[in-house]
Amino acid sequence: MNRREFLKGSGALVVAFSAASLPSPGALAQGPFDAHPSHIDPAKLDSWIAVGGDGMVTAYTGKCDLGQGMFTAQTQLVAEELCVSLDRVKLIQCDTSVCPDEGTTSGSQSTPTNFNASNLAQAAATAREALMNLAAQRLGESADELAVADGVIRGKSSGQRVTYQELIGSKQFNLQLSATAKRRSPEQWTILGKPIPSLDRAALMTGRFEFVHNVRVPGMLHGRVVRPPSVGATVASVDESSVREIPGLVKIVVRNNFVGVVAEKQAQAIEASRRLKIKWKSGPGLPPQNTFYDSLRKQPSRDVMVVDSKDVEQRLATAHDVLRATYVYPYQMHGSIGTACAVADVRSDGATVWSPTQSVYPTRSIVAKLLGLPLDNVRVIYVRGSGCYGLNGADAVSFDAAILSHAVSKPVRVQLSREDEMAWENFGSACVVDQHAAVDAGKILAWDCEIWMASKGGRPGYDRPGNVITGELLGYEPEPFTPRTAAEPAGELRNRSNAAPSYVLGCIGRNCSGSGTVRSERVLSHSVLSPFFTGPLRSPSRIQNTFAHECFMDELSARANSDPVEFRIRHLRDERLIAVLKSAAEAAKWDKRVSANRSVAKSGVASGRGVACVAYEGDNGYVALISEVTVDLASGRVQPRKFIAALDCGPISNPDGLRNQTEGGILQGMSRALVEEVTWDDQRVTSTDWESYRSLYVGIQVPTVEIVLLNRTGVPATGAGETAITVVAAAIGNAVFDATGARIRQVPFTTKRVQAALAGTGEYQG
Amino acid sequence: MAVRVIAMSKISLKVNGSVHEVDVDPSTPLLFVLADELGLRGPKFGCGLAQCGACTVIRRRQAVRSCVMPVSEVGQDEITTLEGLGTPEKPHPIQQAFIDEGAAQCGFCLSGVILTAKAVLDENPHASDEEIREALAGVLCRCFAHVRMLRAIRKYADTRKA
Repeated sequence: MNRREFLKGSGALVVAFSAASLPSPGALAQGPFDAHPSHIDPAKLDSWIAVGGDGMVTAYTGKCDLGQGMFTAQTQLVAEELCVSLDRVKLIQCDTSVCPDEGTTSGSQSTPTNFNASNLAQAAATAREALMNLAAQRLGESADELAVADGVIRGKSSGQRVTYQELIGSKQFNLQLSATAKRRSPEQWTILGKPIPSLDRAALMTGRFEFVHNVRVPGMLHGRVVRPPSVGATVASVDESSVREIPGLVKIVVRNNFVGVVAEKQAQAIEASRRLKIKWKSGPGLPPQNTFYDSLRKQPSRDVMVVDSKDVEQRLATAHDVLRATYVYPYQMHGSIGTACAVADVRSDGATVWSPTQSVYPTRSIVAKLLGLPLDNVRVIYVRGSGCYGLNGADAVSFDAAILSHAVSKPVRVQLSREDEMAWENFGSACVVDQHAAVDAGKILAWDCEIWMASKGGRPGYDRPGNVITGELLGYEPEPFTPRTAAEPAGELRNRSNAAPSYVLGCIGRNCSGSGTVRSERVLSHSVLSPFFTGPLRSPSRIQNTFAHECFMDELSARANSDPVEFRIRHLRDERLIAVLKSAAEAAKWDKRVSANRSVAKSGVASGRGVACVAYEGDNGYVALISEVTVDLASGRVQPRKFIAALDCGPISNPDGLRNQTEGGILQGMSRALVEEVTWDDQRVTSTDWESYRSLYVGIQVPTVEIVLLNRTGVPATGAGETAITVVAAAIGNAVFDATGARIRQVPFTTKRVQAALAGTGEYQG
Repeated sequence: MAVRVIAMSKISLKVNGSVHEVDVDPSTPLLFVLADELGLRGPKFGCGLAQCGACTVIRRRQAVRSCVMPVSEVGQDEITTLEGLGTPEKPHPIQQAFIDEGAAQCGFCLSGVILTAKAVLDENPHASDEEIREALAGVLCRCFAHVRMLRAIRKYADTRKA
């Protein structure tokens, strides 16, 4: 069966690729991304693009739409480069039987990858070039004399015409991707760069869209998992007789500490999971939350010296005007609105998993490993889940479904309970940042920064099931944690985690690639073993670090009696970061003065404005955000009134999609800044529903959001999904300081903490 | 925990204009009947605790949470889900307003947002922004498409009044 035949067939088929149909290992090219060689060779044009006999273009991609418009943007990209209309492109996302392995869809890397690497855009450009050459031969004209519009190639003067389908319809190109195939420039774009309405809209709004939660397979059963009652608890015994009378119950599945049930109907599976009597042996207990941040500093750690000019200590020791501050950031959740769900159909000879994972190929490898199946007999098909914002329960539930289906040899759908999702997902890391700097004559003399970030597990990748809860329960270890002292910085500062503030020079040897000007600099980062699983959550590490850097920059600005925007620009040398700062300030009609506001209200409601900016991951998108807030001085309630953002992510694929994603990022950042925090007791996570883990509801007083897009066309496209959210907590915190003179150094800014800051008591608390 | 007797029984259910017969345990949450027995995609499981709104359907002109309502409680009442309002080809005006405004990201929360807003505006076409907000006080959208959603609801409310 070839790919085209397969695509005509039912999505429920199990496709087993025989060894004979696979290229020899030597012929497999390593993709230009963090991926493994697969049976789909990314160096071959036919791996990406197919033109059907009807002129329809099918494009295959390994980057999936996580609910933020990537499907639409990729369809635009293929249509643009191939010069066909949007409705002639059919995009197949992330099906391991037909799509190239592009690793994981994450880290604001999809747009840069699609556009800039030897990838989807280059494939479409290669295909167009090949079609033009075929047309030139067919028509007997030089390719320069031809023009193409909507899949029809015409001789400019001869008027001869030939269509794509006449040239190649249903046949393979048999070409390698050409690195020299000319791409259409943003100036030529007619489909890309336009605010095309997202293609899923009508189906979504009318309840027709198929989420992974809606996948139904003939003969499908329902599974539920039974997670331990506390962190680290292990199974002592399971009393199967406790659920024997539940109708529809098919099987109790116990494998190491993994426990699950399978039943005919969802309600029966839930009932069985609740009633199943299990004796658990308690775990080792959890560290107290109220001293957790301090305890992070005392753990063995894996250290990285990011930059070190070696003179920081001496400069800070002799400076007159020295500031110290500690910033803390809590564990936060992805908290997807739909709990994670997957459907697996495991038979003796192979498995198919319908999964909302960001990583179809890595998931394929792990499922093969868990079930002892040959890699080629496992197929993972991406079906969209609810917004994930990083590593939510998607991977774990895919493994859950595979294990349960394997146990009953029938298709099984698993959707986690709210509690199972929240208590066991891979949280965004808790973090402590110690800042220490000196100012003199309006300039920063030296900046010293030390970071402690809690981590355990993470993305399972191709071979590490123990990085998420299901794997650990099955007996696999998470990525080992090995403490080590920091080596000397080497190479060039890339600032991928925004560990270094934007304002330092970032010198390693003579190589200075930071975005700022502060010469005396030291950034030391410690990774500490976390009691909970952690994993990438929208702007991982970047959001924690940037909160600390951008608020501390504000403290330095106040100490230097300077306007916060001007003070930032004074210490920056990255033109793009300076440009977004200026644009945001202009759009906000920035009130240029020193913070805090001298006319600070002593009672009632105070108002203020704050700014924060970042070069996301050093060079993967630029944003400045100004927030205007009011603070109720009696209750400590912070109410953002307005956000003004200026964003530069290079050439824009779809300005409407970008605005939508940025608006969402800003408000999600506001929720994370104001209310979101994971809590626990001595045994277990206590944030297990929407009352114990708060999120801002749709019915809140929604602030006005204004977004200025700087559309730069002469540079590579960057990511945009995580840029704006990165600066929100700092922009709000700085506005609170401007309004009240009180500095709040702990996320979230609960009313209790704001009250404490207003009263000048307590640095931070658990 | 008290052991419940779970017996199947035939229940007839009026959903989106048609009558369906299902054979389920009467204590089954309405949501599972809609999603698993009838294959509807609009109402979704978000929390099972009536805390988020993803499972919202309309019953007796009210937005209700189908994840906590036993199917036996529905009786003869008609249930309307998100797909019962309109089709992609002919969306309901409130769905059209959401389409026009691009008022979603992942879209998983839309049953809660659209049906709750529709119910409050059906009840009171002159509902103020404050009243609309109050109605949405228990509806979650974790992608935070709030700006566009409130704009779409306002647009629908204004055209409805006119």
